[in-house]
Amino acid sequence: MSVAPVEVEKPETGQQAVLDSPWVTIVWNDPVNLMTYVTYVFQTVFGYAKPKAEKLMLDVHHKGKAVVSSGAREAMERDAETLHGYGLWATVSHDS
Amino acid sequence: MTEYAGDEGEAVAGFRAAPGGATARFAAAQAAIIRDLVSQVAELVATDMPDSSDAEAAAAGGAVADLALQLGVSDATELPDDPVLARLLPDAYSDDPDASGEFRKYTEQGLRSAKVAAAQTVLATLPPSGGKVRLSEPEAQAWLRSLNDVRLALSVRLGITEELGQQEAAPDPDDPRSAYLWVYQWLAILQESLVEALT
Repeated sequence: MSVAPVEVEKPETGQQAVLDSPWVTIVWNDPVNLMTYVTYVFQTVFGYAKPKAEKLMLDVHHKGKAVVSSGAREAMERDAETLHGYGLWATVSHDS
Repeated sequence: MTEYAGDEGEAVAGFRAAPGGATARFAAAQAAIIRDLVSQVAELVATDMPDSSDAEAAAAGGAVADLALQLGVSDATELPDDPVLARLLPDAYSDDPDASGEFRKYTEQGLRSAKVAAAQTVLATLPPSGGKVRLSEPEAQAWLRSLNDVRLALSVRLGITEELGQQEAAPDPDDPRSAYLWVYQWLAILQESLVEALT
């Protein structure tokens, strides 16, 4: 199995925060969720601009999964919970 | 993920943007199908959820259990046996059952409640006789989530493991699944139209 390129969004606080918070939320591809819907969910949940949301959606679609957010573990669990509410298949893991 | 492009004909007019939300018109038969499937998924998701009698029992049984219930904490720590529920309430850690269990304990009840609430919004805004539906943006978002849950549930029951291409858009009428495959595709087009109406 290959590892998807990690698209870590650097928090406003800078590089140190990334090092302190090595947790990520991953969204996995599935055959059901509509591409337009997944893009919409990324825009709605994370406030990402449409080009970024579309790129993440295409990463999920073509690579099987994509990192959609990074930060503290509790925040990643909240993201996963929210994405589950939208029916997306999301997991939390260490960005290692 | 899957993609639908093009006009599927008058049978699927779908949603259009409207001030503050979206609007669509449904035939009575279409409304009946949506209401039936949304109700079925809501019933399934509500299974094993603590109801008011459990709440009373918990209150009688002790303040701690009562508090746990109010906080949305449940004793569920394992992936549900039912494959539809397992898809709708997935594990949050792919390789850590303990962490998944702990996550589930604190989130599953809230997730179930949110899915039931979304289904109730669909049922409250879609008259059984069909007709014009006008949705605010929050209502439209509830519709999106609920339609998505129904499509996920149908995909599990129909054994859909690959993205359906154009061939399957018109299922083989001899396939016993064909009626539900058609509904599955129709709901995808409906959901897509609602996404487009909101963006």
